Formats: sequence, C-alpha cells, structure tokens
Amino acid sequence: MRFFQILKYTKNNLALNKTRSFLTMLGIIIGVAAVIAIVSVGASAQDLLLAQVKAMGTNLIGILPGASDDQGLPSAVFGIEVTTLKYEDALEIRNLPDILAICAYVTGRGTVGYFNQTKELNYTGVMPEYPTVEDAAVATGRFIKQEDMDNMARVAVLGSKAASDLFGQDFPLEKQIKINQIVFKVVGVMAERGASGLQNQDEQVFIPLRTAQKIMLGIDHVAYIRAKVDKEANIEPAIGRVKEVLRFRHHIKDATKDDFSVRSTAQALDILGSITQALKMFLAAVAAISLIVGGIGIMNIMFVTVSERTREIGLRKAVGAKRRDILWQFLMESALMTSLGGVIGIILGVSISSAIALGVNSFGYEWKLIITPLSIFWAVFMAASVGLIFGLWPANRASLMSPMDALRKQ
Amino acid sequence: MLIKLANITKDYVDEGVPTTALRGVTLAVSAGEFVAIMGASGSGKSTLMHVIGFLDKKTTGQYFFDNENANEFDDANLAQIRNQKIGFVFQAYNLLARTSVLDNVLLPTIYTPHLDVKATAKKAREILAKLNLSHRVDYQPNQLSGGEQQRAAIARALINEPRLILADEPTGNLDSHSGQEVMEVLQDLNEEGHTIVMVTHEKYVAECARRIITLKDGQIISDQKVAERHLAKDGLIK
Ligand SMILES: Nc1ncnc2c1ncn2[C@@H]1O[C@H](COP(=O)(O)OP(=O)(O)OP(=O)(O)O)[C@@H](O)[C@H]1O
Ligand SMILES: [Mg+2]
Repeated sequence: MRFFQILKYTKNNLALNKTRSFLTMLGIIIGVAAVIAIVSVGASAQDLLLAQVKAMGTNLIGILPGASDDQGLPSAVFGIEVTTLKYEDALEIRNLPDILAICAYVTGRGTVGYFNQTKELNYTGVMPEYPTVEDAAVATGRFIKQEDMDNMARVAVLGSKAASDLFGQDFPLEKQIKINQIVFKVVGVMAERGASGLQNQDEQVFIPLRTAQKIMLGIDHVAYIRAKVDKEANIEPAIGRVKEVLRFRHHIKDATKDDFSVRSTAQALDILGSITQALKMFLAAVAAISLIVGGIGIMNIMFVTVSERTREIGLRKAVGAKRRDILWQFLMESALMTSLGGVIGIILGVSISSAIALGVNSFGYEWKLIITPLSIFWAVFMAASVGLIFGLWPANRASLMSPMDALRKQ
Repeated sequence: MLIKLANITKDYVDEGVPTTALRGVTLAVSAGEFVAIMGASGSGKSTLMHVIGFLDKKTTGQYFFDNENANEFDDANLAQIRNQKIGFVFQAYNLLARTSVLDNVLLPTIYTPHLDVKATAKKAREILAKLNLSHRVDYQPNQLSGGEQQRAAIARALINEPRLILADEPTGNLDSHSGQEVMEVLQDLNEEGHTIVMVTHEKYVAECARRIITLKDGQIISDQKVAERHLAKDGLIK
C-alpha cells in the first residue's frame, strides 16, 4: 500500500466514523487546551506578582510588625493586627546613615464624597517622603508636608482615578471632600501609576499619617514602614542597623524575640517567588489532571469501539491485509486525530489564555500573555501518546488474531 | 494439487463448551475443480471453508496449499494468499459498514501491490454489473437487501481474480432467478479455470458443481462426482 493511499483511506475512515473521531479528538483538544491555558495563567500570574514587587521600587527595606522567621510569612499577611510599630520608629530609622527616605503606612476604608458624588475608597495615611519611597509623582498641586503631619491637617492627595471618579471634569485642587463625614481639603493629585498588588494605587486617597492615626482610626501604631536606601550595596548593613534601632527602642535583648521583621525587596521577591512557584506547581497538577481526563476520554472511545474495530480488522486481514498494514492504518488514524486534535487544542488553549489576558488587562493590570513552549510540547506529547497507545494497542491485539476469531468478536 | 487436507481437526476452545467441529477431514482438490460441500447445519461446512481459506487455524492435521506446507506460511505469505489467490464469500457477508458497495468490492485491492487504481475501479463496476448491482454501486450495506449484500460479497471475492473461490452458501439468500445468475457466474469462472469450493444446502445448486462432498458431524461421509451436471444458463429446476 502506498503512503498516499493509506492517507486517503485513513481520511475516509475517519470521516465515515465522524462521532468516534470527534469524541477521540475532543479528549485530546480538552487536554491540550487545558494544559496550555492553565500553565499560561500560572506563569502570567507569577510574572505579574513579581513585576509588581519590583515596581514598588528597588533598594527598599520593608519593616513589618510581628516576628517571622527568615523564610516564612510575616503574621500581618494573615490579617493579624500587630501594634508594635510606631510612627516614632520610622522617624528614628530615617536618621540612620544611607537611608534616603522613609514612609510609615496605615490604611482604612471609607466613604469619600464630593457634593452628591460618593465612592467607597481606600485611604492611606502616609508620610511626606512617600513619593520618593514609592517612585510616585504628583501631577498637580503638592504632596503631604511635614507641617501637615505635625498639625494633623485634614488635607488629602488623590490618586488619579479617585480624582477623576469624584470630580469628573471639575478641578479638584482646593475643593473640599468628605472622608467618613470628616472634611478634607484636596491639595494634590497623583500621576497615574497603574494597578499594583491587590490595590489600585490610582484609586487611593492619601492623607497625613498622623491625621489618619488620630482623627480617622484612633490608633497609635502603623501597619508597616518602608525605607529607601541610597544604593544596593548598603541594603544589608542598613537592615542590620534598622534591627538594632528597633530592638533598642522596643527593649529587646534577644534577637529571637523580635516583635518586628525587616526585609529587603530582594528577599520579598524570593519569598513571593517561592509562593508563586508553589502556585504554579499546583496549577501544573490541575493541568495534569485535565490531561488524564482527556486521556480517559480517548481510552473510553477506543474501548467502546474495540469490538467493531476488531471485526473490521478481521475482515481486512481476511481480504489480504498484513499485520503491518493494520498497524499502519491505525497508526495513521491515531496520528491524524492526535495531530488535528493537538492543533485545535493549541489554538483553543492560546485563545483562552489570550482571552484571560485581555480580561485581566481590562481591569488595569499589566498581565503579560506568557505561553510556555514546554507546556505545548508536553500537552501534545502526552495527548498524542495516549491517543497512539490506546489506538494501537487494541489494533495490535486484533491484528494477532486469526481473521475468523477477529470477525466473530461480539 | 491445489488443496490437500490430511486428517484435519478443528476444536473451538473459546469460553463456553469446547466444541470439535472437524474430526479428521482428508480431502484433495485439484486446480480447476468445482466442488460443492453439503451437510446438515452444524456439520462443520463453514469451519472447513475457513480452514481452507486460511481464515482460521486448524487444530491438527496437515494442509498443503498449492503443494506447499501451510505450516510454513508466515503472516505475510498468508496475507498474500488471502489477497490474491483466494476469494472468500462469507456466509454472513461481512461487508464493511458505512462504506459504499464499490469501496467494499475494492477493499482487497487496497492490499494488492502495483495495482492500477482506475482500471481496478472499472473492473469492480463490471463485476457489479454482471451481478446486477450496477444501480447499487454507491449504496451502503445497510441500505441493501440480503440478496444484494450477498452479491456485493461475491463481487468482492472476485475482484482480484483469485485462483480459488471459496463461497459459503453464495445463493443462500437469493431468489431462484438471482441464484441462477450467481451460479452462471461461478460456472463461467470455473470454465475460465478458477477452482471453486462452495457450500450449499440445495441439491440442485450442488449439482451445478462437478463434485459433491457431504459432511456429517465434522467428517466426510461421501465424496461423489456429479453424474448429471446442471448448467445454470439453461435454468435451474427445483
Ligand atoms: N466460534 C465457535 N466457537 C465454538 N463453537 C463453534 C464456533 N463456530 C462454530 N462452532 C461449532 O462448530 C460446529 C460447526 O459449525 P459450522 O459453522 O462449521 O457449521 P455449518 O455446517 O457451517 O452450519 P450451517 O449450515 O448452519 O452454516 C457447530 O456445532 C458449531 O456450534
Ligand atoms: Mg455455515
């Protein structure tokens, strides 16, 4: 039998058994598409999270209240409020050598209103050096000053989106807004930054830290502190000095009893990297399950049709097919189905990943579409193997029977 | 000698009760013969045909095909014999479902090397015409009557012009007119030199052959020349 003839008969044979061919391909399509999409989402999510930590700025030191071992997560991540860090701690750290800027933070949520326009927004109490620490810029007006802190002034700087949401076409500077019924004066609007972390920075309302602590929240502690170091080489020594200062201020003699934790962005990246790596592994496991499901689908179809196919093989052998002819036919059938299914699966998987990317990007995140060639390779390789094995295995068995034994198969 | 069987036995041993279908069949058929096999239902006629046609393995005994010991054939030899030297008409037709009559007839030619595809298709149509199936060329088996399926199966057996034609009740489902036509075709083929072994229940069909072998319980109980041979083209009298 010539190659083209086999191909033609294979094509006809698949067309004759449309349902069977389609169901077999469906298993492959689902498996391949799911793997590609899931792995892509994992990779993109990891990229997004890491990119955002990097976007926070380099040469940053983060100080969180509460102890943590070096690799684990600070307790604040789990929503436990620890009150050990104070505004005065931040002021002391600012005086250390090599520290360029400092900012302590508190956050709250409230109803922000301008005339009859109200919005539920997050407000953040920050210090004057916030723009330096976070690489943020003021678009119009000014940022919070030290006097505002000292006077607990009720002034606010709006994120770009918060400004446009509240004011629309109106000019926001010097206007009065209400945050939880307390009147603030808008003194500045930030330049647009884009979404970062779980909060959109552009939707924030910034007010002086002291005002937030005393007037809005009635607390004495801060949520966390960030310090900017002049250059990367100075980060490690700076961390050491920050720890010393805090231990001194908090009367801690034993380093294992620290009530704070200090990390550099690089360390945070490491930790986040290992978290997202775990997430990726989990997603890979989900992907593997979809491959198995797809594989079982293929197996099912092959087994359901095995007696019909056995009779067909018996007949073909009876009229002169060699074992080799039979195996070729089934190999071609499986190969044609798996490659067609694989291609459709790849297209579908890439489409799903692209759709997700589009969807997430429409919320303002910089979600990169990442398709790993390795995932495509494995998905197609596994699906094709299942298709080939379960296509060829029954065929091989039937091809070893005598034609009558195969023809009699019920 | 085209076929030489010596003491052939056949046991079926699949699940269920083991059955002995052939108990020592010794038989010789020379090239050019036309043999009819008769016998009661279950006497082993189909089994014998399958063994002769290399569709089933014998259990014991010796089989020489064209003076060669069948034990020495490998898969490729057997495939080639089934493809080019033997045409088999199954009692149960065994046509490929969802496949046109024409493609069914052409099925053996897929496995024949060096065939002119166009000429073969033309030949298939000629054979179908001879069997009065020209109007059913593009039909699928499930759209055919029993007799039409039987004739399609016969056409498939003839496509490669095999030396030996094995037909298991080729007229079993035909009315007397179609039956007569099939017998005419077989007799013509025999005249052209093809060897034919045919199973039938009907005495008058058997008498179209030149020799009648009768089976009972897996053994040959009689083997006779046909004294007064019917010629199908003169009409068959029941
Ligand atoms: N696959 C099988 N497994 C077990 N026994 C079988 C099998 N095929 C046939 N037999 C048995 O072998 C014996 C001969 O069967 P065979 O089909 O050769 O009969 P036959 O003479 O062709 O009958 P009929 O005229 O009804 O076609 C029967 O008793 C049958 O039950
Ligand atoms: Mg029979």
